[in-house]
Amino acid sequence: MTQPDPHSPARTIGYLAVIAGVVVLGAGSFAYAAGWLSPSRLTPTKLVSALAPTSGPALGHRRNHAKGVCFSGVFEANGTGTEVSRAGVFARGTYPVLGRFNLGTPDPDAPDATVRVRGMGLQITAPDGAVWRTAMINLPFFPVATPMAFYDLLKASHSTDPGAMASFTQAHPEFARFGGWAKSAPWTTSYAEEAYNSLDAFLFVDASGARHPVRWSLLPQAPVSPVTNAELTRLGPNHLEPEITARVGQAPQRWTFNITLANPGDETDDPSKAWGPDRRMLTVGTLIVSKIEPERDGPCRDINFDPTILPDGIAVSDDPFPAARSAAYARSYDLRASETQYYPYHLQTAKSSTP
Amino acid sequence: MTGQRIHFTMPQRALHWLMAIMLLAMLFIGVGMVSTVGPKYLALLATHKTLGVAILALALIRLVVRLCSGAPALPANLPGAMKLVAHLSHYALYFFMIAMPVLGWGMMSAAAYPILLFGGLHLPPILPQSAVLQAVLWKAHFYFAFAFFGLILLHIAAALFHAFIRRDGVFESMAPLPIHDHAPSAQVHPAE
Ligand code: HEM
Ligand code: HEM
Ligand code: HEM
Repeated sequence: MTQPDPHSPARTIGYLAVIAGVVVLGAGSFAYAAGWLSPSRLTPTKLVSALAPTSGPALGHRRNHAKGVCFSGVFEANGTGTEVSRAGVFARGTYPVLGRFNLGTPDPDAPDATVRVRGMGLQITAPDGAVWRTAMINLPFFPVATPMAFYDLLKASHSTDPGAMASFTQAHPEFARFGGWAKSAPWTTSYAEEAYNSLDAFLFVDASGARHPVRWSLLPQAPVSPVTNAELTRLGPNHLEPEITARVGQAPQRWTFNITLANPGDETDDPSKAWGPDRRMLTVGTLIVSKIEPERDGPCRDINFDPTILPDGIAVSDDPFPAARSAAYARSYDLRASETQYYPYHLQTAKSSTP
Repeated sequence: MTGQRIHFTMPQRALHWLMAIMLLAMLFIGVGMVSTVGPKYLALLATHKTLGVAILALALIRLVVRLCSGAPALPANLPGAMKLVAHLSHYALYFFMIAMPVLGWGMMSAAAYPILLFGGLHLPPILPQSAVLQAVLWKAHFYFAFAFFGLILLHIAAALFHAFIRRDGVFESMAPLPIHDHAPSAQVHPAE
């Protein structure tokens, strides 16, 4: 510590500059990691904000699929699924289920007949406690091929520029398929008459560790009676929730749980492309819905049906959606959980505290 | 060693530097993962939870080691106010390194998320489901993270200040490798 005087003012200033440099570098790289220096990065916050109608989000509610009702019941596995997945829920047996029927809209008060997409959030719990959550819709394919395209779609549909949608459809030709489906597919007057599809591809992992790319669907066992949009409109803005409540009150409602295995060469990374009907299909069990509860104080309210919450035996594939959805759903959950004052519980004391 | 100890013990130094790397990684992974919707989000989150729980375990061990081994005295000529700030900031650093993982674990429990770590490990919930509680803990995890990072920057600046400018042996007391001490007392080492 002797030779050059470490206390000379010039050296001190030099060292102070080094220290300041370290601090600035640290803060700068932190800001970079947080995306503050990359305004073009698609963040969960941006994706979730883009869902909101121009009037703003419905505080306290899910940022999408906001109108819904809770259900519970069981999944009866027939054991067939064990061939392709070692997940406990496929072993023959009966497992508790919690779920939510919903409409694909950010507006919890939207009239039923104004919402084309219907969905189901589902949680199946295996005896060892492993939880599987999935959120499915009645569309047979997703309208767009990538999360970024979904964001662009949201922006275009809320844009005041009259040409925005036209230029979006031009850039994303796959979107035309959705337009066709929305116009031609029949409506139904019940959640019980809808099929719910995973659309995203996942990997099932069997007992030997082999991976099988799959998608799954819940097919209604209730007879389906198609109606027109006008007929549904005449039933009033809030038909679906009382209808499913009354129907399940009379008898449990059932869906057949089908797994579709990809053919070799099938694309797993694009949910906008349906796999054709010539795929191997396995019926792995039956979903039985036996109880409906209003969302406000119901057991599904504070659950995030994040499609990446998977038990051992199921894994994400190269489909980019599940990760994007997980990030966005977590954001939506954080927001609505911190807004409960705008959507207060009725039963402040006895509210859903499942252990 | 005779007389006053001038270094943190080897386990303390090992823990300090190992945890410094882990904590900085955690802070960067944390802000990185919540700002992406890409496929790496899932891997980052799994890493975040796993590393975070490992940090909690190490922090508790470190606290015990600290209580048992103590710390070398700060230089006698360090102004009282600086000593106070040094001590308070160390308390705060310990507080954050224990509070952050507990908050993370707690908020995920209150949100009824299954907490899966790498290697198929499954943490039990430490709180009952409650969205109201989740919201409080999430905000704390968020704001504490930035306070923690700010404090770490100050801590690093102070350490470098001791190393380059004051040259009073404080940096060497925690240096990752045994290096020559600038502290006067360090020059006399009767047979260790
Ligand atoms: C990047 C694309 C997507 C985004 C940004 C997105 C966004 C969201 C958000 C923010 C929620 C509310 C989550 C909550 O607060 O719990 C939600 C719910 C839901 N989403 Fe998506 N979603 C996307 C793709 C999909 C796809 C591909 C499907 C179906 C295959 C789907 C089906 C559903 C369903 C059924 C729900 C309601 C779940 C429940 O009942 O809680 N979403 N979505
Ligand atoms: C030393 C320990 C930890 C540090 C320093 C840390 C730091 C962070 C940071 C900086 C963020 C980003 C905050 C934001 O910008 O929104 C974050 C988010 C998060 N952390 Fe941690 N964390 C720690 C431990 C944990 C643990 C143990 C868990 C769970 C077991 C956890 C779960 C989470 C989750 C789920 C998020 C995302 C929150 C959201 O939904 O926005 N953290 N953490
Ligand atoms: C995540 C980052 C860090 C954390 C959480 C942290 C935490 C701590 C804590 C709690 C102490 C008090 C001693 C103890 O009881 O363990 C300490 C001491 C010390 N740290 Fe760090 N540290 C970090 C990074 C660094 C870095 C990057 C440096 C060097 C540039 C550094 C240099 C020192 C020095 C020199 C001491 C001794 C101070 C004294 O004797 O009073 N630390 N650190």
